[in-house]
Amino acid sequence: MGWHLLRGWTVLVYLFMFLPILVVVLLSFNASQFGSFPMTGLSFRWFIELAENEAILRAFRTSIVLGLLTSVISTTIGVLASLALVRYNVPARNAISTLLIAPILVPEVVLAVALLLFLNALSVNKSFGLLLAGHVIFTLPFVILVVQARLVGIRRDVEEAAMSLGASPVQTFFQVTLPLLAPAVFAGMLFAFTISFDDITGTLFWKPGGVETVPTQIFAMLRNSISPEINALGTVMIFLTAGLPLVGIAIARRLALKRGG
Amino acid sequence: MTVEAREARQPYLLLSPAMVAVTLLLLVPLAFIVVYSFWLRTATGADQAGFFLDNWREALSDAFYRDILLNTLKIAAITTLVCAIMGYPAAYVIARSRGNKAVLLLLLMLPFWISYIIRTMSWINILGASGAINSALMWLGITDAPIQMLYNEASVILGLVHFLLPFMILNIYVSLDGIDTTLEDAACSLGATRWRTFLEVTLPLSLPGLAAGGLLAFVLGAGTYITPIVLGGPTDAMFANLVFEAIITQLNWPLGSALSLMLLAVLGALVLLYNHFLGMGQLMKGLG
Repeated sequence: MGWHLLRGWTVLVYLFMFLPILVVVLLSFNASQFGSFPMTGLSFRWFIELAENEAILRAFRTSIVLGLLTSVISTTIGVLASLALVRYNVPARNAISTLLIAPILVPEVVLAVALLLFLNALSVNKSFGLLLAGHVIFTLPFVILVVQARLVGIRRDVEEAAMSLGASPVQTFFQVTLPLLAPAVFAGMLFAFTISFDDITGTLFWKPGGVETVPTQIFAMLRNSISPEINALGTVMIFLTAGLPLVGIAIARRLALKRGG
Repeated sequence: MTVEAREARQPYLLLSPAMVAVTLLLLVPLAFIVVYSFWLRTATGADQAGFFLDNWREALSDAFYRDILLNTLKIAAITTLVCAIMGYPAAYVIARSRGNKAVLLLLLMLPFWISYIIRTMSWINILGASGAINSALMWLGITDAPIQMLYNEASVILGLVHFLLPFMILNIYVSLDGIDTTLEDAACSLGATRWRTFLEVTLPLSLPGLAAGGLLAFVLGAGTYITPIVLGGPTDAMFANLVFEAIITQLNWPLGSALSLMLLAVLGALVLLYNHFLGMGQLMKGLG
């Protein structure tokens, strides 16, 4: 009896989480010119308008370039730091860990303000560079947490075996450690990309005038009027950001399976 | 250099890029706005360096800022409470279910991957004048004109709960999943009812997860900038909106610095309090 009640509650909670999102997808296929209820029929017209909207395409390009650069830089820095934290007996490890995840603990608005004003004092104006720096520092803690969690599972004795068989440390890193690290690196990059692609609060502070990422473009569109294109854009984003990691997980699983035997 | 010396230096070399990034892009900027908050924005728009208490006096004594700060904390507290009430039973079901645990967990991760701005605006489709609820009510003839459900404090809280609920469930789940179920069996076999077992064994053991989820929900909720703009009315501004207003619209950077630091002080105190009693370990488990 009690268990059934709990299960019913859980179903309601999941519906609460997903129904609004499903409605976005549903309405994006709405033929009605207002893009709201009632549905008058199914149509792709909003997706076609989306594909012809120059501002949105530009926003997509900006978001993708920014996300890729962020994920490469953030993951490189993050993997190095995670290696040090997991593989070595670093004195004051807890203090260092806390320091490295500090960007999560500071409210994003405060992080955004501090970085904006500090770099401005150094005569770095709002620019793509500032945006990139902001996204790197904002995603770094997440990368470090994810990569560290994966690294703990990699056994050290394989590397030691390579070394004892005469491989140099550099050889060992590239031929043994790096392939073993691949799933962790991949997970870190994916995580950094998704967070960067989704970020809006910091981006609003850092972006130069006229530059929009997809989230800030949606935000700007929302403030004007609720155009039906927004639902179509939302649907595209949902498939990109939820579909992409799902594929990523599948690839990572396969990689891990192949190596694990 | 000896091999040992190189070995000893290696972790620092590996750590240095990350440490430099955090120092230059977070710590020094934070220290900088502390200094900046004592400067003065003059009528000409230039900053006057020095040690002026004007910004702090304005930020701390102006009833306008104080009321919005209190209201922000109130909204964050209600959001956290609602998340806990909605999330705890769900986390319990996920942790104790056998067959579909993996599916439930994967579904729980999905909202993290779906854009926050889209999840926020999705409520306009539900609550708006021509949204799902009003359309249904009008179609059923229950009401002739749409009911105003959006752009008030309740819709802001709803949007925040929708955003933060997955964080809460995940943290409680991690904690519940780590409980040795033989403890519960032992309590039951010693004659405790299931409800009593839950209250005296399961609930206390899951409190660290509940606290971690609560901290995240509160801190993220109180720092929100977007939700009150998208789902709130003109009087529903939260503290982050004031910061944005001061920095981007009024370009009063010294005042904006002081306001940012006020928010940081309040939320940072909570994080420190949490760290003192529970440590960061539980929080990291939920995030990693």
